[in-house]
Amino acid sequence: MSKNVKLRKGFDINLAGKAAKEMVDFEPAQTFAIKPTDFVGMQRPKVLVNEGDTVKAGTPILFDKAMDQVQYLAPVSGEVIEIKRGEKRKLLEIRILADKEISYEDLGKIDLKSVDRATLVEKLASGGVWPHIIQRPFGVVANPADEPKAIYISAFDSNPLAPDMGFVLQGEEGYFQAGLNALTKLTNGKVHLNVNGAEQVPAIFENAQGVQINRFSGAHPAGNVGVQIHHLDPINKGDLVWTVSPSGVVQIGKLVLEGKYDASKVIALTGSELTKKGYVKTISGASVSTFVKGNLQSGNIRVISGNVLTGEKISMEGYLGFYHNQITVIPEGDYEEFLGWLMPSTKKLSFHKAIGMLSFLNKGEFKVDTNTHGEERPFVVSGVFEKVLPMDILPTYLFKAIIAEDFDEMEELGLYEIIEEDVALCEFVDPSKNDLQQLVRTGIELLMYS
Amino acid sequence: MKALQNLFDSIKPNFEKGGKWEKFHTLYEGHRTIAFAPDLTTKAKGAQIKDATDLKRVMITVVIAMVPALIFGILNIGHQHFLAIGEEVTWIDKAIFGAISVLPVLIVSYAVGLLTEFTFCVIRNHPISEGYLVTGMLIALVMPPYIPLWQVALATIFAVVIGKEVFGGTGMNILNVAMTARAFLYFAYPAQISGDQVWTYLSDKTAVDGFSGATALAVAYNAGVEGVPASQALAEHNAAFGADFSFMNMFMGWIPGSIGETSTLMALIGAVILIYTGVASWKIIVSGFGGAYLMGVVMNLFAANEFMAMAPHLHLVMGGLAFGVVFMATDPVSAAQTETGKWVYGFLIGALTIIIRVTNPAYPEGIMLAVLLMNVFAPLIDYYVVKANKTRRLQRATV
Repeated sequence: MSKNVKLRKGFDINLAGKAAKEMVDFEPAQTFAIKPTDFVGMQRPKVLVNEGDTVKAGTPILFDKAMDQVQYLAPVSGEVIEIKRGEKRKLLEIRILADKEISYEDLGKIDLKSVDRATLVEKLASGGVWPHIIQRPFGVVANPADEPKAIYISAFDSNPLAPDMGFVLQGEEGYFQAGLNALTKLTNGKVHLNVNGAEQVPAIFENAQGVQINRFSGAHPAGNVGVQIHHLDPINKGDLVWTVSPSGVVQIGKLVLEGKYDASKVIALTGSELTKKGYVKTISGASVSTFVKGNLQSGNIRVISGNVLTGEKISMEGYLGFYHNQITVIPEGDYEEFLGWLMPSTKKLSFHKAIGMLSFLNKGEFKVDTNTHGEERPFVVSGVFEKVLPMDILPTYLFKAIIAEDFDEMEELGLYEIIEEDVALCEFVDPSKNDLQQLVRTGIELLMYS
Repeated sequence: MKALQNLFDSIKPNFEKGGKWEKFHTLYEGHRTIAFAPDLTTKAKGAQIKDATDLKRVMITVVIAMVPALIFGILNIGHQHFLAIGEEVTWIDKAIFGAISVLPVLIVSYAVGLLTEFTFCVIRNHPISEGYLVTGMLIALVMPPYIPLWQVALATIFAVVIGKEVFGGTGMNILNVAMTARAFLYFAYPAQISGDQVWTYLSDKTAVDGFSGATALAVAYNAGVEGVPASQALAEHNAAFGADFSFMNMFMGWIPGSIGETSTLMALIGAVILIYTGVASWKIIVSGFGGAYLMGVVMNLFAANEFMAMAPHLHLVMGGLAFGVVFMATDPVSAAQTETGKWVYGFLIGALTIIIRVTNPAYPEGIMLAVLLMNVFAPLIDYYVVKANKTRRLQRATV
């Protein structure tokens, strides 16, 4: 029973700096890193290698003592050059200097016809692809001991400047289908593949077998898997479902068919400050410096791993996040603006139409910097979050319940149904400039760990 | 602008930790962020870009929406004055007279309110919030033209401290701050804010024979007591001076009343600005007028006296209903915050206003009490809307 859902709420942020659908050439990255902080819910990361060790692509280098079946593997072969720790010895990065030619550990192909579920789970968990499977509620890496009610895959990304999934996964049809086949073995429920109903659906998704294809159309966050689940079969207390990104499905398929941990992926280089934009093939955890240095239009910029709503600021020598398919470079906004709160402008992007905010007249693309355009305030304006969250949830009340640390209220108001990315637009439009994504994570951690 | 920036930079060390005016840091930040939108950038994790609208812009939008009412109020105060003393003067004279009586109220309201706010911010080390931009204007607009300035100051201090700061400042208050100020004066100093004498500023002149300074509501109420049809009483009132309470006169606002409340037209212009910019909830405004009209119709059904029998559309242009519904009821902090709740909240404000007007002999103006009462009940309305949302989620789980 495939569903067709039209969403009326939301907001598309039309940013300048879109990547044309073409591959661009760059020198390959030389160093790669795995960042334990990418894996939400990782409690006690333990490193398995030392500085100076040589590893192959697929050598285990990290695991979580709280969930030790899941192995985190080296994305490339080479030498471990640095294990970077922060305050209180918090593990930040494990850096690997890559070989010219990558050699792979043989992890063994998986015959999906004969393999039973337990073995498949064990193979995926030790094969480095398990972290692509995310559990809802809470948005953390799934526990191999669980069995989900259903698995959801959002086949499109509606975030600003997001890569086109059909283009990114070109030529990966076989792997994608193999990944889907593996996923269908993990649940007794359905595997849902949610495609963009407003556009021509790429063949790789249209022809997918063994899954239920649902169509979603509307403005962002229509592509957020959390929003999609809410309209297909909302998560209640006690429910457990899994979500996987399309590139995660491909990674799983590669392990199944090739028997090796091939973490290569196509990412989009976007943002108004990049000169050469487009798509480039690289490997998970790549140093972004090769794509960014010498490719900038101005000096004072911010490099973001991911998109502008949910991404993370990294340095020019920083590394691509495990879950990210995109690098965005936008201007830094560390300037004061004379009467910036009063002056009318059609160039400043705003969801609102308050006096002087004329961006709704401007149908073109917006060049947006990182300025917050105001200071943090208590919630004053009401009814705004509701306009950009296409779910039957009362966001303001949920946020207040989290601030008050009221556990019953958090549960009853639907914290099981959302994670950070679902409130990213709320955070963007909030005139009081609160950090709502961080707040939601705080609430989730309260529910999870206490 | 560089010069101003440099000036700020040069005095900045005094306000930093260890500086001699360290305590007043929040004042420094407050003024600097008014002059310059701050150079803050988004955090490393989370949304990397933010909407260009901030609370300052939202607040200034409301202030701008009130400017038509303020300008009209100034003209009308002058107009009423010269009407009462029977002098024919030009509009310029009326405007000057009006400005002389209105601007001091406005200045006192802002000066005293901001001083109170600043004091609290310094004591509590809070950032200065922009909420008072709106409140200051609102307080001035709901005062009678004749009000002693010390009373404005006292009411402002009371409203800001008891109405807002004790709850934690902007965004935390339960009652509408401006309405709190007016209610304070109404109960503490009724002689200066009720009756027939305070709505027309006579200065040291005396009114001409036969002129009455009563408001339309008082006239209609008395009509009810005396058994004269309300429409007739309204039409005859001050008719000799061309200042009768016809629908058109009341709609335009050429009638006695508080500084900004008389003109329904100006309130509607404000409403258009607020609704178009999305700053105020159109649901509250529409249901507020709707509730008042429907309650007027209900009153007609009973028609126990002539005021109750008055045509309901007249209610919409009398007194401060339009001003209150557009500018007071829509205050997002004290109003209902759920979308469904806003319909109920607005409707009840409109309906209660008419009930209070028609049935309360002590005070014919109902909007003030209706707004304050519904401010108190707004969380209850929201409670049930939120509960319905929770119930939907709970039922889904058991299915």
